[in-house]
Amino acid sequence: MLEVQNITIGYGVAAVVKDVSFVLTENKILAAVGANGAGKTTLLRTLNGTLPVSKGEVLLDGKNLNDYLRREIARKIAVVAQENETKFPVSVLEFVLSGRFAHGNSFGWETENDWQIAENVLEMCDLKSFENRLMNELSGGERQRVLFARALGTEAKILLLDEPTANLDFAHQALMFRLVREKCNTSKAAAIIITHDLNLASEFADEILLLKNGEIVAKGEPETVLNAKNLRDAFDVEVLLDAHPISGKPRLTMTYGS
Amino acid sequence: MKVQSSKFKVQSFALGVGLLLLLAATIFAAALLGSEKLAFFDLSEQQKTILFDIRLPRILLGASVGASLALAGASLQALLRNPLAEPYLLGVSNGAALGTMLAFVFFSQIEFARPVMAFVGASLATFVVYQMAKSGAGTNVERLVLSGVIVTTFLSSIIVLLTSLIDATKLRSFTFWLLGDLSQATKNGFYLSFLAVLIGTFILMRVARALNLMMIGERDAFDFGVEVKKTRLAVFTASSLLVGTAVAASGSVGYVGLIVPHLVRLATGGSDNRLVIPFSALAGAIFVVLADTVARVAIAPRELPVGAITALIGAPLFIYLLRKS
Repeated sequence: MLEVQNITIGYGVAAVVKDVSFVLTENKILAAVGANGAGKTTLLRTLNGTLPVSKGEVLLDGKNLNDYLRREIARKIAVVAQENETKFPVSVLEFVLSGRFAHGNSFGWETENDWQIAENVLEMCDLKSFENRLMNELSGGERQRVLFARALGTEAKILLLDEPTANLDFAHQALMFRLVREKCNTSKAAAIIITHDLNLASEFADEILLLKNGEIVAKGEPETVLNAKNLRDAFDVEVLLDAHPISGKPRLTMTYGS
Repeated sequence: MKVQSSKFKVQSFALGVGLLLLLAATIFAAALLGSEKLAFFDLSEQQKTILFDIRLPRILLGASVGASLALAGASLQALLRNPLAEPYLLGVSNGAALGTMLAFVFFSQIEFARPVMAFVGASLATFVVYQMAKSGAGTNVERLVLSGVIVTTFLSSIIVLLTSLIDATKLRSFTFWLLGDLSQATKNGFYLSFLAVLIGTFILMRVARALNLMMIGERDAFDFGVEVKKTRLAVFTASSLLVGTAVAASGSVGYVGLIVPHLVRLATGGSDNRLVIPFSALAGAIFVVLADTVARVAIAPRELPVGAITALIGAPLFIYLLRKS
């Protein structure tokens, strides 16, 4: 679906992402992890064309990203970015409907189908009772859930999620990952998730991309990437590693340098 | 779900029809009021002249100017994500006024030089304010307002310098015009302004849905399929055209673009630009016709500039909105 070939973002020593390649295929969740400033967000921003690459190319369904119109990309790729506050009263329902922009003409109104989809995703994201609330009256976590609902509502096959669980409580973290998993399994979708929660990444991602200073340190299944050496390399921390008692996936415990 | 979306459509439709009827009624009432009160029937020749050659062009121009300024305000607010954006406060009106004056001083023989130069002036002022207010994170409220103040005062001082070139007998009407005045209305002025309203409304309605996303954030809009640069260019062009023709005909009538979209958002109970933009045009027309009727009648037979009336209402609202944000 998405093929990233040797991309570099920025120039020379100031390059934020250096010579990164990977492939995102159907039904897969890919977690991008790494220390602050490792280039994760920059990488994600490039994948939907917000930032230009200085070398290499990004192929979306076999075609260079630059050869698409904005709305064509938006129909294929949905983004959940760090939030953006608005000064105008916009209701949760209107906000989710705004994600349907790329499916209509710019002049037109939402169709019954658009309304139906918006209702469905609000229901799925446990936001049904919020639909008439205003965005600027919600808490950070609630807003984040609305951003995610809007992305789901686009029906795009590729989800790019930048720390989607940063403000969420346990139950809603799990709900969000479950929804992403479900979408990837049932509708030939795929997702790239940036997260600092390595345990969630280990549990839910099919593949992990470990970044350091804009370069890939390791990539592959959680079992191969999440080892003591790689984590020391990328984060400069010592961790205790064992297996999750139910899933058997790697489980990390911080030692806080004691 | 069907229920909610269709109920919403009925409400919006009712509001639109209501505003149209109110506009017709306002124009009708304004035509009868004035220093010479007119009845319905049996107009003398002289009264007919007053009605058709003086009063109606003025009322219709007022409606057209009101629609222009409200359209420009509503769209600039959405684009700049700032409820305080207003052509007068951003210095766009002053840019247009300077353009008009330059045309008046240097090309006084060519009638259409004024609106054209006003359009150019409005475009330049918009561009400069936008560049000044832009920062890494987009435009923030205070920065935009301050940039507007600086551009406004700078242009004002050039305008003052220019007035010294104008012969003294015309100075009073110029001072009035600068404050926003409809008493110099002509039929041609109205036709041109009305044409701009039609074109402007068309352009803005084309980008209204995109503006709903721009209002949330430029990067958001980009992510969800909006051609951000094209939308920005469309709004800047349309608002400069609207403000340029309005100012060339009637000077800087202030605060219309602030008051009207604010009231329309309250009335529609939301910020959907597909409603806010057309309803602002209608409500802006009503508002300026009303304000100008007050200006004509309040101290008849003498008159006030309409801009003084709109500023009396607008300035307190501005303070209220600034405190709220």
